[in-house]
Amino acid sequence: MSPRLSALTAFRVLRQLRADHRTVALLLVVPSVLVGLLAWMYSGTTTFAVVGPALLGIFPFVVMFLVTSVATLRERTGGTLERLLTTPLAKADVMLGYALAFALVAVVQAVVTVAFAVVVCGLQVAGPVWLLVVVAVAEAVLGCALGLLASAFATSEFQAVQFMPAVVLPQVLLCGLLIPRDGLPTVLRRISDVLPLSYAVDATTALTRSASGTGDAGRDLLVILGFVVVALALGSLTLRRRTA
Amino acid sequence: MTTDDDRPGAGPAAIVVSGLHVVRGGRDVLPDLTLSVPAGQVVGLLGPSGSGKSTLLRAVVGVQVVAGGTVTVLGQPAGSPGLRRRVGYVTQAGSVYDDLTVRDNVRYFAGLLAAGRGHRDVVAAADRVIGAVDLTDHADVLAGALSGGERSRVSLACALVGDPEVLVLDEPTVGLDPVLRRDLWALFAGLARDGRTLLVSSHVMDEATRCDRLLLLREGRLLADTTPGQLLADTGAADADQAFLRLVDGAGV
Ligand SMILES: Nc1ncnc2c1ncn2[C@@H]1O[C@H](COP(=O)(O)OP(=O)(O)O)[C@@H](O)[C@H]1O
Ligand SMILES: [Mg+2]
Repeated sequence: MSPRLSALTAFRVLRQLRADHRTVALLLVVPSVLVGLLAWMYSGTTTFAVVGPALLGIFPFVVMFLVTSVATLRERTGGTLERLLTTPLAKADVMLGYALAFALVAVVQAVVTVAFAVVVCGLQVAGPVWLLVVVAVAEAVLGCALGLLASAFATSEFQAVQFMPAVVLPQVLLCGLLIPRDGLPTVLRRISDVLPLSYAVDATTALTRSASGTGDAGRDLLVILGFVVVALALGSLTLRRRTA
Repeated sequence: MTTDDDRPGAGPAAIVVSGLHVVRGGRDVLPDLTLSVPAGQVVGLLGPSGSGKSTLLRAVVGVQVVAGGTVTVLGQPAGSPGLRRRVGYVTQAGSVYDDLTVRDNVRYFAGLLAAGRGHRDVVAAADRVIGAVDLTDHADVLAGALSGGERSRVSLACALVGDPEVLVLDEPTVGLDPVLRRDLWALFAGLARDGRTLLVSSHVMDEATRCDRLLLLREGRLLADTTPGQLLADTGAADADQAFLRLVDGAGV
């Protein structure tokens, strides 16, 4: 593993993305549009104050999961991965390269979306706003890590896209967006405890509710980072230098 | 560079394959293959489509799961970490990034392969090999927008830029026009003169005449390990195509 080769790979992934203006525009604009839509839908009620923060953690997760699983699947099926693994590049460099590149995109995405939610939609954030951005970035990196892992189990882009409803939707349903996790039946509550997205929603909720939620959000962030490390490690196990 | 493996009767070998057994999709694609590739030569791996050329090349670069036997490259087991900078590989599909320009593709591989060298060296090396494969005019075009032949030359440039001692090229001249093919074979010959070893596959028998040595493969078995001149002399054939047919017929008797 080499920081130089990881960085080189991240740079390459960003350059690939740069050639695709439409994807970049979608990555940066769509979350704000959806947040704006929700703020409008719930205008005059207090619901947006509850749902808005949760969505700030969910969007980057969903989007990065999709983008990464398709991008790495291409790398696996297009022969470039086979080629990369005959060079000095380590498997961990491939994983880190992707994670770094999409983390950087996620920073821009999170800044744009959080700024839009706070400034335009008037979302109230009791805790520090920058921490909200950090949670959104952590979720993006998590989506990226799980996407890398999921791509190992897909043999076509159609399959990769199907992992979205399979892996991501259950987490969205159980993460506390629709009803608070405390209100879930016990079994579902326990399941939601081991799903990473739950911690993102816990963190954003804690941050927006009260200024004293910062400590709770910090703990949730650590849990999310734990999930990221495990997903990246499992993902790099699925990269095989030798194939049949 | 070559290994100092001086076996009696042969020049030093860059690649030694011994009793290689590969199973793919439940079939013995290479049942029991033994051969060696001398250093500093252009060695053609010729055989019809499906004869196991790509499988053998994948074993040489260490990305093929093998069921038995050994493959040694520059004195080390194929795929060893120590070989990753010394062996260049061009896959049959021409694996490059379609959403990067020619220049960015080559620079990425230049960076991966050139440990310790500065950015300026990387840039210069990339420009040099882009020129060598005659793509300078297309350097800023996305690889995905190129023709098949141009794209496979980008792939070749990505391998050449690391200046490897051993080059493993899977059908690099397929789909190229005669002038370009001639130029590429001249490039390969030049690399061999500088001491590089090239193992080049092709299913076009005509290409046999461009090689220093030939390995003829059919259904995973080595039909001949010879030179172009010797092949014609031994079979009494007028060209390589005919020689291949005579060998197949002879083996069948
Ligand atoms: N991924 C694979 N899985 C199973 N069988 C394969 C695979 N790739 C190639 N084969 C089989 O291995 C044999 C040799 O293929 P290959 O080495 O690609 O031949 P060549 O390069 O000479 O055309 C063929 O019969 C082919 O069908
Ligand atoms: Mg082939």
